[in-house]
Amino acid sequence: MPDRTSSPALGVEIEQIFRAEHGRVVATMARRFGDLDLAEDATSEAIVAAMEKWPVDGVPPNPGAWLTTVAGNKALDRIRREAKREGKYAEAAQMNAQLEDDDSGRETGPVTDDRLRLVFTCCHPALAPQHRVALTLRLLGGLTVAEIAKAFLVEETTMAQRITRSKQKIKAAKIPYRVPREKDIAERLSGVLSVLYLIFNEGYLATDSADDPDRAVREELCDEAIRLTRLIQELVTGPPGKPGPLGPDPLPEVDGLLALMLLLDSRRPARVADGMLVILPEQDRTLWDAQKIDEGHALVRRCLAVNRPGPYQYLAAINAVHTDALDSSMTDWEQIVQLYDGLLRVSPTQMVELNRAVAVAELDGPAVGLAQVDRLDLEGYHAWQATRADLLRRLERYDEAREAYQRAIDLAGNTAEKAWLTHRLDQLPPNRRQRSSGTGDSLR
Amino acid sequence: MPQYMISVHHDGTEDFESMTEEEMQPIFDAVDAYNEEVRAAGKWVFGGGLEDITSATTVDNTKGERLVTDGPFSESKEYLGGFWVMEHADLDEALEWAQRASEACQGKVEVRPFQAEPA
Repeated sequence: MPDRTSSPALGVEIEQIFRAEHGRVVATMARRFGDLDLAEDATSEAIVAAMEKWPVDGVPPNPGAWLTTVAGNKALDRIRREAKREGKYAEAAQMNAQLEDDDSGRETGPVTDDRLRLVFTCCHPALAPQHRVALTLRLLGGLTVAEIAKAFLVEETTMAQRITRSKQKIKAAKIPYRVPREKDIAERLSGVLSVLYLIFNEGYLATDSADDPDRAVREELCDEAIRLTRLIQELVTGPPGKPGPLGPDPLPEVDGLLALMLLLDSRRPARVADGMLVILPEQDRTLWDAQKIDEGHALVRRCLAVNRPGPYQYLAAINAVHTDALDSSMTDWEQIVQLYDGLLRVSPTQMVELNRAVAVAELDGPAVGLAQVDRLDLEGYHAWQATRADLLRRLERYDEAREAYQRAIDLAGNTAEKAWLTHRLDQLPPNRRQRSSGTGDSLR
Repeated sequence: MPQYMISVHHDGTEDFESMTEEEMQPIFDAVDAYNEEVRAAGKWVFGGGLEDITSATTVDNTKGERLVTDGPFSESKEYLGGFWVMEHADLDEALEWAQRASEACQGKVEVRPFQAEPA
């Protein structure tokens, strides 16, 4: 038999299995032993055991079941070591054996529900948003603490502390390990979706990449967010032909979010060139990922057909219009403005108004767009400054544009974005037109 | 059954003194009704409103000698207005009752679990 211990392909395969099975094993352990910390540690120990055994003996036919059995035994070992009274271990051992029998051979049912429970626990509103993100990536996504710390550019000890604190709160405050009741589902699921979108966005336009200019886009976070959203979609939709655990008509927002991520991510290969952000109209559209676009479009059609629109569906639809155009000049801006109107009805925020104003500027000209931008109170926000700078540039009000670009550069956290804004600033010709009276007030 | 403290916090900006009785009464009534619901649901352990913060006295006997001072121990503007202790199955249930408590007393409430008794 050939020596497989050093096979890189096998290493990759094993790594993928760990990622895919992590959430399932943690979730099952958490249900069996009622302790998230113990569940995580037992799963980690099972993975260490697999890392020793599988490269030598080969991957077992059902690796998930193997990991679950080993994790169960590891958890029992720890309970035995730490048990303050005799009876506790015996109870746990009996329960584990019983549940192991119940779970064997079941791919859905209680096992699926376990992971859904885990999602709702990790994304509980009583945890700080950053902690929800970390916990979801760690427990459900199976990323190591080091990987999560690296993705969010924080020290590993800081990230470890974040995760430990969340688990302590779950335990002390008794955050329940269950799928919320029906009347709370929609609200809680939208909380889960916003955690996933946060993970995606952190990857798509990293807030602070100053230490590492090559990492303006952190691809692994985008990939992980998409993978987890697919998992949520699968969990809420249930197996084909059967109603899912959340009823026959799951939230179309899940499809909407997945479509949005796929459509944004399809442009990833065209978004950064030579360390500089490339804005949508200037992207090389032949670089876009056609497969992701097709899947995104199909999902948009499917969720809009349910006719219960929400923010993610509108955003996905807007991006579907963008990805429909072979050339930026062919973009249907009228439809985009209409979709922003819809988005404003469900999500009336200044940020949405800002993005709508960008579309209005394409449709009705930069002066109309600028008037709408100036009404917003977003001065401390780099995208507002950058939008304003671009509209002023197009209106040939170069002095004001210069000032706005400078402010945008100061406020932007992403290196590639800074580089692009600086490039635009450097390209500005000297002022040709006098500043018209009264419009420059908001610059101060 | 786990116990939670649901406490009402004032941030010093409230002006209770200038509130008329007509303004206060609906709040008292709502809190009374809420208390009844908590009792009827079997969740009640203890609860009550506290006198004004100016009535507080601080005692320090950490150095082996009793030191009594007028006023609250903390310099902070925020102070505890009152609290409930209730029994709830888990945090979700506690948060649901806290939500109604906040509405009844027209104040922000904080939910904290009591330490579990040693097994």
